[in-house]
Amino acid sequence: MIHSLESIIRNHEFFHGLEEKYIVFIAGCARNVRFEENQYIFHEGDPAERFYFIREGLVSIELMIPHKGASTLHTVRDGEVLGWSWLAPPYRWHFDARTLRSTHALDFDGECLRRKCEEDHHLGYEVLKRFANVVSERLDAARLQLLDLYGGHA
Amino acid sequence: MPPGSSFWIYMAAMLELTIPKESLADPMIPVVYQVERVRRETHDTFTLDLNPSNGTGMHSFAPGQFNMLYVFGVGEVPISISSDARECPALQHTTRMVGAVTKAMGALKQGDFIGVRGPFGSHWPVQEETNCDYLIITGGIGLAPLRPALYHLMNHRDKYRKIVLLYGARAPEDILFRRELERWRGKFDLEIQVTVDRGANGWRGNVGVVTSLIGRAPFDPSNSVALICGPEVMMRFAVMELQRRGVPPQNTYLSMERNMKCALGFCGHCQYGPMFMCKDGPVFRFDRIAKIFGQAEL
Repeated sequence: MIHSLESIIRNHEFFHGLEEKYIVFIAGCARNVRFEENQYIFHEGDPAERFYFIREGLVSIELMIPHKGASTLHTVRDGEVLGWSWLAPPYRWHFDARTLRSTHALDFDGECLRRKCEEDHHLGYEVLKRFANVVSERLDAARLQLLDLYGGHA
Repeated sequence: MPPGSSFWIYMAAMLELTIPKESLADPMIPVVYQVERVRRETHDTFTLDLNPSNGTGMHSFAPGQFNMLYVFGVGEVPISISSDARECPALQHTTRMVGAVTKAMGALKQGDFIGVRGPFGSHWPVQEETNCDYLIITGGIGLAPLRPALYHLMNHRDKYRKIVLLYGARAPEDILFRRELERWRGKFDLEIQVTVDRGANGWRGNVGVVTSLIGRAPFDPSNSVALICGPEVMMRFAVMELQRRGVPPQNTYLSMERNMKCALGFCGHCQYGPMFMCKDGPVFRFDRIAKIFGQAEL
């Protein structure tokens, strides 16, 4: 079944409750993309101009550690949002993102959306609320990971 | 004197011979079991396969219950039963080597004896709650007390709707019952998602805490029963996430852990607010402990 970008975005939990005019606008900033397994989506330090909804697949958020190689900090999978560095200066990726399997995603032009958010603060607030939720969930998860819950002393 | 020494083997045999059969029903007196096999699961966890030494052990247990295992000459500890209840009186117990008793237990060999008291405590509601989805959330060694529930769900598969297992481990090499998980995943009537806190080279699966899997898990929150077992912090966050998804507290069950001694509610070691962990738990319906769950002093 082929779904239009608008209907995919409208039905996605992330954009639930957003006004129709904003759905149409955001759909105009989006396109479908496909990444092969083991393909880098972005690299640490590169300009962060986009963000992604993972429709199907698995993406590893990694940090390259000298003499050790890439260390996976977190994985992002079906239904989740990848990337928020486009929202805050200096608009550079803080980590690498690499697919662990073939991945379908919606690719959003973050710069375009950011400009629109600057012009329309209601949209800006709606977008920021949603991303703040994602950031909060990831922060909780990172804190729990730091606790080493399953170690012998947890 | 090591637990496997001839002295303790002799003492175990004497216990069998000298205690009248009727007194074996006394819950304070252990039944002697023989170690059939010690299976190393991960670097610090193992499973003991036990059979009653005289052929008559416990008749049955319910998933989620625990036994007091007595390593002769060392001490006694509560360990959840990790085997299929249909195999009773043969038993399996899976635990981590953390203290003197569990370390001695891990050093037992085939043919050694061990004392078993039980089964004790409350159980997972798998017999009572049917025709619904089951969401099982667990981390680390917490998978062991849930394994009998999984066996039960799969042995009576037509009584349940979706069964989803979300399991978190510290690292890929710490995944418990790995082969069994792979076998279960191959059955296609059980959704299994595994995540690790620390990925490693070659790991191609999820990395992150197990609670992050709840948001995308395929289940109907209005008709689901959630079973949770793992470190208490993990369980707190799992409950929060379940509440956010709309799973009612009365459909959420947790297996708690405290220092248990008598296992009968007499000694008070495992008091948990107005309850005793050994008698009223270890499995609690969340709404019954919601007010005291997570309190630092309990």
